[in-house]
Amino acid sequence: MGTTTLGVAAPARRSPGLLRRMRRYPLPTLGAVLLILLVATALAAPWITTHDPFEMNIVDRLQPPSAEYWFGTDAFGRDLFSRTLHGGRVSLAIGIAVAVASTLVGLVIGVVAGYFRLADAILMRVMDGLMAIPGILLAIALMSLTRASIAVVIVAITIPEIPRVVRLVRAVVLTVREQVYIEAATAIGTRFPRLMLKHILPNTLAPLIVQATYIAASAVLVESYLSFLGVGTPPEVPSWGNIIAEGRLFVQIAFWNILFPSVFLALMVLSINILGDGLRDMLDPRLARRL
Amino acid sequence: MWSYVTRRILATIPVLGVVAVVVFLMLRLSPGDPAAIIAGDSATLDDIAMIREQLGLDRPLLQQFVLWVLQLLGGDLGNSIYLSRPVLGLILERVEPTLALALTTMVFAMLLAIPTGVLAAWRAGSWVDQTIMALSVLAFSVPVFLIGYGLVIGLSLELEWLPVQGFVSIWEDPWRFASHLVLPTLTLGLVYTALLARITRATMLETLNEDFIRTARAKGLGEPRVLLLHALKSASVPIVTTIGTGLALLIGGVVVTESVFAIPGIGRLTIEAVLQRDYPIIQGVILVIAAVYVLVNLVIDLAYPLLDPRIRF
Repeated sequence: MGTTTLGVAAPARRSPGLLRRMRRYPLPTLGAVLLILLVATALAAPWITTHDPFEMNIVDRLQPPSAEYWFGTDAFGRDLFSRTLHGGRVSLAIGIAVAVASTLVGLVIGVVAGYFRLADAILMRVMDGLMAIPGILLAIALMSLTRASIAVVIVAITIPEIPRVVRLVRAVVLTVREQVYIEAATAIGTRFPRLMLKHILPNTLAPLIVQATYIAASAVLVESYLSFLGVGTPPEVPSWGNIIAEGRLFVQIAFWNILFPSVFLALMVLSINILGDGLRDMLDPRLARRL
Repeated sequence: MWSYVTRRILATIPVLGVVAVVVFLMLRLSPGDPAAIIAGDSATLDDIAMIREQLGLDRPLLQQFVLWVLQLLGGDLGNSIYLSRPVLGLILERVEPTLALALTTMVFAMLLAIPTGVLAAWRAGSWVDQTIMALSVLAFSVPVFLIGYGLVIGLSLELEWLPVQGFVSIWEDPWRFASHLVLPTLTLGLVYTALLARITRATMLETLNEDFIRTARAKGLGEPRVLLLHALKSASVPIVTTIGTGLALLIGGVVVTESVFAIPGIGRLTIEAVLQRDYPIIQGVILVIAAVYVLVNLVIDLAYPLLDPRIRF
């Protein structure tokens, strides 16, 4: 009872502010609405799709979009509408997992680097080294090490994203630790864990949320690139990159094979990026002015 | 000045050292037996043992690393497992398409991005600026293959203006070389253009607020002169820096673009190597690319005083 009241009452009280904000930032609102729609179709895919994404109808292979097959069919006669919506689930899962994983790992390394001088020198050299390797190339190399699975894809995309998070967190920690209130907190005997959790880490929250959003967008794109190149998500999984990779052979006679998954992919990355820009403007005005 | 230059040059050593360690450890720390993974599913125990010996995986880790680094310093990137040929030679064979595509893309992006970014900053807040910024977010988000296949279907298959895919060496036929590069350059160039246009706009916005710009306007200089000679020149350092760091993004894009247009460059070489688990090639490509990246950024850093006389080492 208590939770339901809270869940309903809280947004109602804040809604005037939210509405005003939505009018002030039309583009981020559009991005958020688009993203919610894409997430909803991805989550609801098993219930709103018309066919089993794996069901093959060889007779109906490479059919153009029709009333039966809204997005047409692929070379095995599988329904592209169902496959595209299911592909959204893969992209979404990987985008969120990579954003969360790289942010958490980057946060820990960044705090250590920002607070301990000795570790800083070593850790930052390692991060510089990692940043000298183009992210996609590093992910491709990591994919070659073991049998492909969605978990391996997540790890392979996460590792190249970590250095940027580390740099961000380290920069914030380095600035904050010189502030007078930190000196005051230390003077009254605040211990390190409390100092970190209560006084330093809250400052990293806003830039981290913004960064995590951009990382999610980039991860969705990189996953599709890896799958497209044949070194990503296992080929039997209907991810957008895999559908496009299979469809490329029939570009000339059945372009809808790459059109629909590509457009969904572009819309998802676009909506996350717009949301990121909006969050940046709202949460971090200093950063907004710089870029 | 020389002490800075020396320090900056020496600073590249730890970075490249880390790259070498990462590349070295990746194979050794991977889950499972790397020799078995490389050998593939149909390999016999003898095959696995042979690969283990060939890669030196049977020796102690530190010894392996020292031997490998000494080899690298001698310019030897090892041999390909499948082709039994030196990796450096294989990379050099495939370097022309990749270099050509990267350079045309960079030039295209700079020619398009810098005027666009200057225009957006000059008319900041106007609909021109907003359109340019919206387009740049779009360019960041649209996957390379949507642009690539869109251009192929429109310009190559329908209108037959340009070749669909492939690559022709400049030494063989300069005209066909150029025509094969048009679509890949357009495809890859948009992301890089967006990146450079954004940084150009951001830096120009800051510069245009400075006193010397007001002075330049006050003494009656025309807007083109103020924008290009005064503001852009002083904004050039961050722009050039972004060109350098954006190289990582560019190279990542090259790998995908090569695949879309069937261009036999280093990206294709890497993908072929991954599919065959030809690990020495993957290692070699990463080392060479990282070295190029570090070197280009070193040169850019050292060139700052040429761009901006206010910077002195």
